[in-house]
Amino acid sequence: MVKPTLEPGTLIDGFRVEEQLHRGGMATLWRVSSPGVDTPLLMKVPRIGEGEDPAAIVSFEMEQVILPRLAGPHVPRFVAAGDFAVQPYIVMERVAGETLLPRLPRLPLPYAEVAAMGAKIATALDHLHRQHVIHHDIKPSNIMFRPSGEAVLLDYGLACHDQLPDLMQEEFRLPFGTAPYMAPERLLRVRNDPRSDLFSLGVLLYFFTTGVRPFGESETLRGMRRRLWRDPEPPRRLKPDYPPWLQEIVLRCLEIEPAWRHPTAAQLAFDLGNPDSVKLTGRSERIRRDPLSTAWRRRFNRDLTQRRQTTVTAQLASAPIVAIAIDLGEGSLALHDELREMTRRILATLPSARLACLNVLKLGRISMDTTLDEQGHNKHIDRLVALRHWASPLKLGDSQLTVHVIEAVDPAAAIVEFASVNRVNHIVLGARQNSMMRSILGSVSAKVAAEATCTVTVVRPAQTEAAATAQPDQAPQAVEA
Amino acid sequence: MRVALLTDIHANRQAFAACLACARAEGTEQFVLLGDYVGYGADPDWCVSTVMDLVAAGAVALQGNHDCAVGNPRVQMNSEARAAIEWTRSQLGREQRSFLAELPLTFEDWGLLFVHADASRPGNWNYVLDAGDAARSIQATTAHVTFCGHVHRPALYSMSTTGKLTTFTPTSDVPIQLLQGRQWLAVLGSVGQPRDGNPAASYAMLDTTRREITYRRAPYDIESAANCIRAQGLPPWLADRLAVGR
Repeated sequence: MVKPTLEPGTLIDGFRVEEQLHRGGMATLWRVSSPGVDTPLLMKVPRIGEGEDPAAIVSFEMEQVILPRLAGPHVPRFVAAGDFAVQPYIVMERVAGETLLPRLPRLPLPYAEVAAMGAKIATALDHLHRQHVIHHDIKPSNIMFRPSGEAVLLDYGLACHDQLPDLMQEEFRLPFGTAPYMAPERLLRVRNDPRSDLFSLGVLLYFFTTGVRPFGESETLRGMRRRLWRDPEPPRRLKPDYPPWLQEIVLRCLEIEPAWRHPTAAQLAFDLGNPDSVKLTGRSERIRRDPLSTAWRRRFNRDLTQRRQTTVTAQLASAPIVAIAIDLGEGSLALHDELREMTRRILATLPSARLACLNVLKLGRISMDTTLDEQGHNKHIDRLVALRHWASPLKLGDSQLTVHVIEAVDPAAAIVEFASVNRVNHIVLGARQNSMMRSILGSVSAKVAAEATCTVTVVRPAQTEAAATAQPDQAPQAVEA
Repeated sequence: MRVALLTDIHANRQAFAACLACARAEGTEQFVLLGDYVGYGADPDWCVSTVMDLVAAGAVALQGNHDCAVGNPRVQMNSEARAAIEWTRSQLGREQRSFLAELPLTFEDWGLLFVHADASRPGNWNYVLDAGDAARSIQATTAHVTFCGHVHRPALYSMSTTGKLTTFTPTSDVPIQLLQGRQWLAVLGSVGQPRDGNPAASYAMLDTTRREITYRRAPYDIESAANCIRAQGLPPWLADRLAVGR
């Protein structure tokens, strides 16, 4: 054991050490202050020296490299790093509040609460993966929530960045991480699959809803390797009232083969945020584990050991969420066909993409709207049916397609908000046909194109013959915004 | 200090000019050229003169196996390279030939080592193709970072204090920190004849203060460079390969 080199009052590069907050296996955490900085600061100092794990050094070096490259509310803000030659440290924002760790004695928690929490964590993972980083240590003690609600992911000591050398890969013969949460492929030294983080989140969701860890707490390699072929008890066996949609999501996260999990964290967040849209498969019904014969067959499955040549970016790009806004009221048949054709083209090369068809049910600004039309039909349900009908020629699997009717006063704002909340990668919508309507009501597509934070494609149908003669080169067109 | 690292220019004037322009535009304070200014390409005269001008202005230039072969017929080469080097010899003046013959094999400064090929025996021109080759080269030096070329495919190796070696294919334009607790070997891509499937000219920028290396790619007029090779009657594959980067 090495004596701590720091003590309250020590000054390091202008940071004044205040008190020790935590002493972990690989590092100690100190509260520090700096003149002129109002936000609370945290200094992380690695435990290096005789008798300490050499892993701590490599892990800390990686965190020093990765943390400064990350941005956004889901990561503690990086402030400064100290050289190994003098005193290695990282100073970062101290996020207020507690991690999920103190909640463990009170498990299980209500399903809705865990699902909401899971959606926030999945959204944070999506942000992280989009910045080329796989966390590799998702567990309760590494997750906090900001007062504004966003999940914050802590500790990048095991993380890898797909544009930087992975120093952790070669350093250890044995997989390094937190045993109960580690994805099966990690046991085979695969470190480049972002879906490993989805597995860990699945373990957390299972644990928080049942109070039981799906793969126990075994720390031995032999015990951990069981998850390569043995599936966990379905949650419904432990809790008969377990919602089928939640079991569907949790067991999909815990699939042994990464390809069977949600393709991206954004798609997982989408499911957790839209329980009604979750496509239920055999997973949701299951009350027993797979028969031993299946498990035995899996034991000799060699697919998992194949090293994947894909990057985080490629995996994310192959599975976007595409939102298509369809105007059922005004849109012409030609526009509907053109929108469908555009959608078909976008999905053609993306088998893991997910299509969200949405329609905005416009509400009056003042009048009290009824959901029933003059004939007493439920407008909401009619539109869901119409959306499904529009999408049926695309022949998408149920797990690839969701339909949504949103009630809103401002259709453009509703589409932009839907895209932002659901981490949509690409919005496709038609341009309003009737130029008089457009001049009175304004262009929804123009507003969406201007305000959305993702790619927007505005589709126009082929022009009528009369118009085409006037403008011969105005073929069907799409505008990328 | 911002150091531009260029290697394996191979008489490709268009690629060399493009890399020099890009490197100057991003504020290069020091040029280090790691050899093979001639061979394969059609403009040895211009390329060697440009290197001589850079050296006169403070650049560091090392010798590569093709530069050595110009004045030393005993250097082993394949038939295409041999044909190109014999033609090259006829294109260079005496002053240029003696400049190439007198270039040093290595340069060491700032804790960094620059060499054309494997650092364990610089004059043997061994390739650093994999982790084994990299380990041999790294173990032969005490430098924090070794830079070499010769392979024409960018790669970045590191060896930890426990002797574990990591292999990495760099992504263009992403700065990589060369952490201090380990030794690094940066294999640079080729300016004039890339072979990693990306035909754009390859070079790298080193920031000695931040200890960061950034691999760069510069687009250049490949068609002109290839046409010059064909026009000189050099082996046609030397022209064709430029467009595919193989």
